[in-house]
Amino acid sequence: MALLEAKGLVKIFGKLTALNGADLTIADNEFHGLIGPNGSGKSTLMKCIAGAETPTQGTVTFGGHDITQASPAERACAGMSLKFQITSVLPALTLYDNILLALQAQTSLLNLALSRTRGVLHDKVMAMLEKFRLVDRAHEPASALSHGQQQWLEIAMALAPEPKLLLLDEPTGGMSLEERRVTGELLQPIKAHCSLVIVEHDLDFIRDICDRLTVLDQGQILQTGSVQHVQSCPKVQEVYLRRA
Amino acid sequence: MLEIAALVIGLLLPLVLQDYLTVYATRVLILCLFALSFDLVWGYAGIMSFGQAVFFGSAGYGVALLARDLGITSILLVLPAGLLIGFAFALLLGGFLLLGRHPASVIFVALGTLTGSYACDRLARGWYYLGGQNGIPSIPPMTIGSYELTEGPAYYYMAIGFLIVVYLLCRFLMRSQFGLALAGLRENEQRIAFFGYKVQHLKAIIFSLSGAIAGLAGSLYAFHEGFVWPNMLGVVISTQVVLYVLFGGSGTLIGAVIGTVVIEAVSFWLSNSYQDIWPIILGVLLLLVILFRPAGLVSLLLTERERVGNFGRSPGKR
Repeated sequence: MALLEAKGLVKIFGKLTALNGADLTIADNEFHGLIGPNGSGKSTLMKCIAGAETPTQGTVTFGGHDITQASPAERACAGMSLKFQITSVLPALTLYDNILLALQAQTSLLNLALSRTRGVLHDKVMAMLEKFRLVDRAHEPASALSHGQQQWLEIAMALAPEPKLLLLDEPTGGMSLEERRVTGELLQPIKAHCSLVIVEHDLDFIRDICDRLTVLDQGQILQTGSVQHVQSCPKVQEVYLRRA
Repeated sequence: MLEIAALVIGLLLPLVLQDYLTVYATRVLILCLFALSFDLVWGYAGIMSFGQAVFFGSAGYGVALLARDLGITSILLVLPAGLLIGFAFALLLGGFLLLGRHPASVIFVALGTLTGSYACDRLARGWYYLGGQNGIPSIPPMTIGSYELTEGPAYYYMAIGFLIVVYLLCRFLMRSQFGLALAGLRENEQRIAFFGYKVQHLKAIIFSLSGAIAGLAGSLYAFHEGFVWPNMLGVVISTQVVLYVLFGGSGTLIGAVIGTVVIEAVSFWLSNSYQDIWPIILGVLLLLVILFRPAGLVSLLLTERERVGNFGRSPGKR
């Protein structure tokens, strides 16, 4: 059984049809890239999966459960995690508190009020900061980080609750080549326990880390399959790769 | 340090003040409690409540009616009643304004609460049972057993006792992991919803808690003044509490206290010294602070890091 299955997703904003019958299937431990020209519907598809938008038509099932109408919080509790396209770390809080905030989301309100999980989560927070090479700056506010480091922090926040599915919307946007390379290295190990859907414009980055690719054009799925298969598809080269 | 200094001054004040000034200072302490209630919702959770007086005034009216109609003045009954009334009204208004499927905008909540405050003010003015324009005068004093608590040092120390207890509870809560969740709510509500936080629940809880504190303040105020009147529910006092907190520094408990004390002390001094133009001077002063010190007076004394605070363990500890 697939971990995530989106079927016939349609999303209409006024007169604009952003998605027009898109299907997507993600297996356990699969790294799946979403590519396509600007305005092709990649981010809208991602938002419909994450719960930021409710599809006009179609269904989304996650772990065998229909979550089409579920709130983002319910999806997060089910094991889905999202990194937004625009970096949205909490700038006034320290890096430590940003990660702790992500980790403690499933704690009951009573336990939050009594700070019962603070000690338990401390090691996890530090381990996550260490993994993302941010541990030396744990006590600094997130606003003090460079753009690339803020992207890492947000990926670390999304990964902290150990989701089953991680959705990354343009995680390397604004990063240097070196930072992109490191981001790839940081993501590879999560494959052991997590699936990944990634929207990205950097095709080299996508090729390096993804098992499968889906190409969108004008709200529809143009091609889906292994990276090699999609790359060699003439239709894709015509519509997307040449433009890129 | 700042908090300890404020506490020492607060405890010693009645020893050096004349009686009429102690009465004034008691009123200021109760208003500090009221300011804390607003600071929780706006400063910590980012919910703009322009109708905080609804909870303050409704509790004031509630305990006044208990005293007038049922002769209930025992502190063990009237203060919990005030607290509950504030809590219930906040839960009702908060439920209506905050608990929709989609997050309510700041403007929607601000205007909704402001409208609620205005409507309650008009309702009280027009309702004969509540005394109409004149409110409810001659509320009998609050009692502890057979002892009557009237205005003066005893009432002052009771008020400061409640202020300390509420302050410490809020401090504990705001520095807890719950406080971190509220900081997340204030900074980026959508982000924390995607972590799995039930943001509507968080909002309802903090809004109701704030209503309960405002209710406690309202009931203390009613017995201290000896009467309640429609202004206690209205827009003027709802706005006044916003100014206290903005002036002192929202998002810090001590800021709310400092803002209330400074505004009330300066108002008192100006109204004696410049009887005709004191509101204008005060207005200009408030404007200057808000323009040049948007983080409030407390930003003169605390760094931004100290104001925001840390919620986890010190990162160095392992």
